[in-house]
Amino acid sequence: MTYIGNKSDLRVVGTRPDRPDGVEKVTGRAVYGADFRLAGQLTGRILRSPHAHARIIKIDTSKAKALPGVKAVMTAEDLPNITSEEAFVGEGPTNFRDQSLNVMARGKVLYEGHAVAAVAAMSPSIAEAALALIEVTYEVLPHVIDVEEAMAPGAPILDENLFTAGVDPKPTTPSNIAKKIILKSGDIDAGFAKADVIAEGRYVTAAVHQAYIEPHACVATIGADGQATVYASSQGHFMIRSFCAKLLGMEISNIRVIPLEIGGGFGGKTIVYLEPVALKLSQISGKPVKLVMTREEVFRASGPTSGAVVEVKMGAMKDGTIVAAQAVLKYQAGAFPGSPVQPGLMCAFAMYDIANVHVTGYDVISNRAKVAAYRAPGAPISSYAAEQVVDDLARQLGMDAITIREKNAAKAGTKTVYGVTFPEIGYEAVLAAAKSHAHWKAPLGKNQGRGIATGFWFNIGGESSASVFVNEDGSVSVVSGSPDIGGSRASMAMMAAEVLGIPVDNVRPIIGDTASIGFTNVTGGSRVTYATGMATVQATEKVIEQLKQRAAMIWDISPDAVDWKDGQAVPAGANAGGFDPLSLAAIAAKAGKTGGPIGSEVSVNAQGAGPGFGAHICDVEVDRETGQTTIIRYTAIQDVGRAIHPSYVEGQIQGGAVQGIGWALNEEYIYGA
Amino acid sequence: MSKTHVTTTINGEPAEFLAEAGLSLLDALRDEVGLTGTKEGCGSGDCGACSVIVDDRLVCACLVLAVEAEGATIQTIEGVATGDTLHPLQRKFIEHAALQCGFCTPGFLVAAKSLLEKNNNPTETEVRFWLAGNLCRCTGYDKIVRAVMDAAAEMRGA
Repeated sequence: MTYIGNKSDLRVVGTRPDRPDGVEKVTGRAVYGADFRLAGQLTGRILRSPHAHARIIKIDTSKAKALPGVKAVMTAEDLPNITSEEAFVGEGPTNFRDQSLNVMARGKVLYEGHAVAAVAAMSPSIAEAALALIEVTYEVLPHVIDVEEAMAPGAPILDENLFTAGVDPKPTTPSNIAKKIILKSGDIDAGFAKADVIAEGRYVTAAVHQAYIEPHACVATIGADGQATVYASSQGHFMIRSFCAKLLGMEISNIRVIPLEIGGGFGGKTIVYLEPVALKLSQISGKPVKLVMTREEVFRASGPTSGAVVEVKMGAMKDGTIVAAQAVLKYQAGAFPGSPVQPGLMCAFAMYDIANVHVTGYDVISNRAKVAAYRAPGAPISSYAAEQVVDDLARQLGMDAITIREKNAAKAGTKTVYGVTFPEIGYEAVLAAAKSHAHWKAPLGKNQGRGIATGFWFNIGGESSASVFVNEDGSVSVVSGSPDIGGSRASMAMMAAEVLGIPVDNVRPIIGDTASIGFTNVTGGSRVTYATGMATVQATEKVIEQLKQRAAMIWDISPDAVDWKDGQAVPAGANAGGFDPLSLAAIAAKAGKTGGPIGSEVSVNAQGAGPGFGAHICDVEVDRETGQTTIIRYTAIQDVGRAIHPSYVEGQIQGGAVQGIGWALNEEYIYGA
Repeated sequence: MSKTHVTTTINGEPAEFLAEAGLSLLDALRDEVGLTGTKEGCGSGDCGACSVIVDDRLVCACLVLAVEAEGATIQTIEGVATGDTLHPLQRKFIEHAALQCGFCTPGFLVAAKSLLEKNNNPTETEVRFWLAGNLCRCTGYDKIVRAVMDAAAEMRGA
């Protein structure tokens, strides 16, 4: 296959064409989740718990059901009580039963904002009036918010059937610690014994929300024949289909999910909240149902990422060699197990080649909304702590912050604590770029300071599908299964145009629904450009093979005697014959006479994505009296591989940096204030 | 609940709708008039995704009652382009990649248009200050500010 990353004569990849969905989005015509409507649709609303932790004694929906204009009322009793089952559907593992309980509380509410009932009515005001008529009797229970308080003996227990996994022997009493994970390499005690300097610290990070500007929204409809269609904004319409099927006890073939434009996600739209509820309300009422979250609901009941406590201890020799690295990560999972503590453990020290590493992670539930993926889930939390301790080592040794990182940099052949040996990687190149950047040497003013931190993310591949069709006039359609969250349609069109040797304007990229394209995993984990791009490139190559065959048929020569060059079929050499080149349009025009429509679909499970590294340099000025912190200068250096559309790569980096600034300075959840 | 008949001018065209007492202008535009380009991000005036211009004043449509629009002239994102000719701000947003998911984009464009109508030569600080009421979670704002500055320069003929 064509390895776009290694080609030197690229014509489309690396340029900055206008994005194909640009005009729709700047004119307000793009249809996002809440913009979509079906004739006769009802308005849905969800009743949410006012308590952080309570037993549900009784839910009386009779008054709500009796209100004129109310067409459906549901609670968890209307959903199948499914058993525990691991699910690898979104970004990272989850559990179908937990998702069911999160979508609609059964027996207990586990956080303020937990859904307990839902209604569908003829108008928003009737739906809201109906919510007020639902009577829920709660027995309020003690609750716990803080991660360390949740771990402590005697803490209120959220789930009497949860016993800490990863502990031997198996515990006999339930705990809020869902899992303990240890990763280690070398001999940590021997490592510290060799150290000349030791640095350690305890770092606390706030839970922050992904805070996509578009609240969750969907419209669902199901007919008497059991055929269902869901229109939704998400990071994965196949993910929605899987969850709806499992949570409602439906067959996957009976559910079609049609992706709408997504107004941001950052990982937070890789799971379901509304779709199974809307489908159930549609089933009860016999009408389409629209559910849209308010911003308040988004903050109370969806996302965020884990707040955490991270304790790090590192030791280095006088020459700067880091000989030991130890960390304990305590990550909030929210009300159900499944924090990103595992990737946190894997990423904490992944930038470094350290002989002795010992990292321990705790996945801890508490009375908060269940966490969801957020930009390299788990990694910024542990890196934030580890990088400050590396800086402390450098200070103790009188070394430059970049020099100590260069001294210990992971490189090709470095074995990570999670067992993978790195191939050729870009961390040293990232450090070199940081060191040579004017920012690193620029003078600082009064009350100003400079920091640098580096980070790692695996990048993943996975399952993606794409199809490429040549239209009758020689224009090209590219269909993929990946929701476009930040410019992937542009990237797919550019890759197809590159391989075909045609202008990108001749390629129209769209996102296919679950019945129109092969299975495609969520847009997340930094996988789409790589995996869906691979499917697109391979499908385009298959199309080129067909185009060559058609040209061979037209010329009555062997397909081997045809080359594809600059968007045209040409004879492979002098012996092939003196034919004029055949353009894509010319071949397309004769497709009906040479074997029918030209197109190909490819599904891949992409492997071998290269890991990514970054270094950010930030200058701040701090008012010593008020603590007011102002960002003076910020430089981000990122090993991105081959940038398909550089503007959108820059945009990802800039947006990520600003989210990091928000996390560091402005954002948190405050409970009990 | 009885509804109030509201008569307005939206994007230069007469428009009327029926409004419940508590209906916001945002919900009226989206659900009664069918102009869904104006977005709801927060419903509390914090994010600016519902920015519209009412009688030459930039407002969050979620904070205006629909009945207050009686007799008003309203500009929304759907009125920013002229036919199939994009406004310079719209072209520059595409050219500078000043949108990723695009959800906040209509609000930014309406707000930026309002700025340039009052000040055709804003400094970067003035652009950032004016657009401080519009939140974008994707771009980090840099490309948005550049797009607005570039559009302003083009519109001045610079």
